[in-house]
Amino acid sequence: MPWWLPATLALALVAAVVGGALLALGLAAPGLDLPGNLGDAYLWRVVRFTLFQATLSTVISVALAIPVARALARRQFIGRGLLLRLFSLSLVIPTIVAIFGIAAVHGRTGWVNDVFALLGFERAHYLYGLIGILIGHVFFNMPFIARILLQAIEAVPPETWRVASQYGLRSRDIFRLIEWPALRTVLPGAAGLVFMLCFTSFAVVLTLGGGPKATTLEVAVYQALRFDFDLGRAVALALVQLCLCTAIVLALLQLAVPSSMTLTEGRRYERPDSGGRLGLATDIGAVVVTLGLVVLPLAAVAVAGFNARTLEVLSRWELWRAVGQSLVIALSAAILALLLGGAILVSSRILRHRLGRPGAAGRLELSASLILVVPPFVLATGLFILLRQVADVFALGMPLVILVNALMALPFVVRFLGGPMMEEALRHDRLCQSLGIAGWNRLRLIEWTGLRRPGALALAVAATLSLGDLGVIALFGSQDFATLPLLLYQAMGGFRLSEAAVIAAVLSLLCLALFFAIEWGLGGLRRRGHA
Amino acid sequence: MRLATFLFSAALAVLPLSAQAAEKTLTVYTYDSFTSDWGPGPAIKEAFEADCGCTLEFVALDSSIGVLSRLRLEGENNKADVVLGLDLNILAEARDSGLLAPHGVTPQNLALPVAWDDDIFLPFDYGYFAFVYDTETLAAPPKSLKELVEAPDDLKIILQDPRTSTPGLGLLLWVRKVYGDEAPEAWARLAKKTVTTTKGWSEAYGLFLEGEAPMVLSYTTSPAYHMIAEDEQRYQAAAFAEGHYMQVEVAAMTKSTDDPDLARRFLEFMLSPGFQSTLPTGQWMYPVIDLPEGLPEAYNRLVDPAQPLLFEAEEVAARRGAWVEEWLQAVTR
Amino acid sequence: MPDVMLRVEGLTFRYEDMEMRFDLAVERGACLAVLGPSGAGKSTLLNLIAGFDRPLAGQVVIAGQDVTTWKPAARPVTSLFQEHNLFAHLSAGENVGLGLDPGLRLDAAQWRQVSEALARVDLAGLEQRRPGQLSGGQRQRVALARSLVREKPLLLLDEPFSALDPGLRLEMLDLVQQLQRERGLTVVLVSHNPRDALRIAEASAFLYQGQVLAQGPTRALLTASEPPELRAFLGPESL
Repeated sequence: MPWWLPATLALALVAAVVGGALLALGLAAPGLDLPGNLGDAYLWRVVRFTLFQATLSTVISVALAIPVARALARRQFIGRGLLLRLFSLSLVIPTIVAIFGIAAVHGRTGWVNDVFALLGFERAHYLYGLIGILIGHVFFNMPFIARILLQAIEAVPPETWRVASQYGLRSRDIFRLIEWPALRTVLPGAAGLVFMLCFTSFAVVLTLGGGPKATTLEVAVYQALRFDFDLGRAVALALVQLCLCTAIVLALLQLAVPSSMTLTEGRRYERPDSGGRLGLATDIGAVVVTLGLVVLPLAAVAVAGFNARTLEVLSRWELWRAVGQSLVIALSAAILALLLGGAILVSSRILRHRLGRPGAAGRLELSASLILVVPPFVLATGLFILLRQVADVFALGMPLVILVNALMALPFVVRFLGGPMMEEALRHDRLCQSLGIAGWNRLRLIEWTGLRRPGALALAVAATLSLGDLGVIALFGSQDFATLPLLLYQAMGGFRLSEAAVIAAVLSLLCLALFFAIEWGLGGLRRRGHA
Repeated sequence: MRLATFLFSAALAVLPLSAQAAEKTLTVYTYDSFTSDWGPGPAIKEAFEADCGCTLEFVALDSSIGVLSRLRLEGENNKADVVLGLDLNILAEARDSGLLAPHGVTPQNLALPVAWDDDIFLPFDYGYFAFVYDTETLAAPPKSLKELVEAPDDLKIILQDPRTSTPGLGLLLWVRKVYGDEAPEAWARLAKKTVTTTKGWSEAYGLFLEGEAPMVLSYTTSPAYHMIAEDEQRYQAAAFAEGHYMQVEVAAMTKSTDDPDLARRFLEFMLSPGFQSTLPTGQWMYPVIDLPEGLPEAYNRLVDPAQPLLFEAEEVAARRGAWVEEWLQAVTR
Repeated sequence: MPDVMLRVEGLTFRYEDMEMRFDLAVERGACLAVLGPSGAGKSTLLNLIAGFDRPLAGQVVIAGQDVTTWKPAARPVTSLFQEHNLFAHLSAGENVGLGLDPGLRLDAAQWRQVSEALARVDLAGLEQRRPGQLSGGQRQRVALARSLVREKPLLLLDEPFSALDPGLRLEMLDLVQQLQRERGLTVVLVSHNPRDALRIAEASAFLYQGQVLAQGPTRALLTASEPPELRAFLGPESL
């Protein structure tokens, strides 16, 4: 099988869905008046603001993620494992739920302000504005970046710590000489993904940004498509979004440093910088910030789930039926995402490792992420137009949701699995080539041990992303089909905010449980000290 | 392998099995909170199916606008017999789509505050927009829109964005109705009091319930939910002297329906007590007929607007773009 | 009494199923070869001396001081490993410079020291090269240069030249001996090849399954008929 085949097939699927949707939408539009649609000053103001908030959000998320990753890399503390699992939760929680959680902690009448009031200080109103946008985006994205960075730090050959020990490298030397070079290899890719997420973020920016001053391009697309039913304008704007994001992320990729990963014996050595007061202070600071920005809002979501309606909601069989349907979809989507991601990475690592073209490999992996840049309602509408010529859209409901969710989870699978797969190649590629071990045998006999844990992590991330995602189903319309997020939105729209809070808490706990289950079951027993 | 089998059978167990109905089916497009178990949908389905001996299928879209979008996307091949849940603001566009048919029903005893005369659309519920406030944090709410606009800036409110939400658009029209061409100045002053403008009603109301602001844009009937379902008197609507902007939800039958008679029958049922009596505590909106059993007691304590405010649907369609532009200029200055 | 540089007493460690216990001593300025089959615990012994592992019991005494609880950086020891000695993204000069200041903040005099160390190991002028651009032997020389600038009295070598071709290996061993004599270093060399011991080590120790089974002058050890494990290790060939 030619090396480029797996990735080509996977990417063809992505391109078919994204391209097909946009094409169908464009063709259905009465006229694609690009100059007219793109000419006005208002649009470019919106674009500037979108770029500004996305860039700032990404920079701050990265800036916070680095000390957090370092802290997690060099300290073992009670609750470390739980904290890491909670990290995976923040990306998958439905946006509106997260907004409520963040407001509960940082809002005008939030926990922080209650503490201020208790201590006799003035209440601080910082949430609705640029700071609100940053808090929201840090909540969603910083943990994800931190997890990727942690993976990179832990991939440093353990023998390096031996040399560091003997030479008395201090914490800042270790950062400069060991950690930063490792981080540099994964940071552009992860930052690019986060940039895309912040660029296309809608409700968070609008609600936590305080209103229309914080209008992003996605709002304009939404307006064009849903309210004005101006398909042409919607496609034009979606294309602008796609092109802009792609250009910026490609530029980011230029900064990527190819990994200088080397083989290691696998023996673990202790890090020399676990002592040191400054290091301890930074680590504690990082963990405290994480608690405040990530854990507390999640706690608020859980707490809100305990109200007068809790027992009533929990006893409804519709809830559990929705849980069942959600799980089926989530697991199917996750497996599909894992297969697609694996296919892309198999080809890209050959590009990187055997053919020595890391730039091309990076771009290959990037194209898996592009689906994130297309507004979901544009995707849904386009797909609807595309498919309804071909089949009864109602019947297609579940498979379509699984497919789209898988594609949305794909970028994350690629991020989490990329590094470990490269390591495996470094370790075993030549041997496998010389022995003629390839394909399924290679995975089963050789690579599975090393890929088991990252694979479980990637699967768990994909499954939980899918659990919390509305997917295109909301826009397609459902008859008998109810997933948990759908149930959540139904409750919210119908006044039942307390019930919605319970469902949100159930969703979060389910995500957490699924995460643990997949990581323990598939990934094997977790050794102490690993991420 | 066993994992796969397990997943497969689990999937089968929870997937909907399509009912092999030899009887007639009526497909109604509506929005999801209507059909949810907490909404009026299930009760209506039961009542109508008993009445007609047919099957009623709801297709739940994500919003009122979603219903219209879906219809337009499907075009003439749409599967709907009836669309339920459009509101006045998108009436003109709905009519212009050319996909809806005259209903041929002569409504008797409509109890709407305004006269209704439309051959395509029939109203099924109505309500008024209002600012709901927390009596525990706001002792003396404004008594008119003008009073709200002119209140000191430390009176905080939460609004919805007119570009993405129906109540948001409702407020836009309300301000325009009261202030006319001076609407931008009013908006500039409102903007200073606005904590945030959210994408949809749920975010705004949820933040209000969390205490982020003492007032939120919602409906006059919102307090009824708290009083009836939660036995909570704390949240009340502020009565504005100029009147409140009205929201009317309508339904219509499609041209492409296979069974116009059944569709018409549904529309008639829609105006009957069997349907209408589910609305006060299912949809939390006013019924369009006088219910034999009357309204729930709590409804007597709701704000009864001095005057219903309304623009003609055609005018809304024509001027909406410009009005939203003006609003945007005014609040982002 | 000869001056003892390194003394290891009752040093106990557990690795997987094997319980290890080491007792040995090295004179100042001498070179001790530690021989034994794979898995005998040679690397573990060096790790314990350097401080990368904590023993269960026993003492490590270097230059008269009990360093058993000291951190690796504090011990007067420099280690050289078979690979992963250098940081791949730093130049040869910078790698050597780390031996002078872990923060790489060197003044002009110190950079000169770096150049001199590199010249001493025949790598003059290669300060700017990255490890990736150097051969295996050159990389080990850079590591050797780094251990020189540290000026620690005890040098631990964990099979650093095993991966090099025979001629090069002998060259490196000779270099180590020269440096040892020049600077009065004490060297402990781990190797699985007895010829290395013969070439540069006056004394040798034989490790087997975590125990020091024999210790003494190299020649005598290599021709001894006891213990049988030593004979098995050495093989039939006479040296």
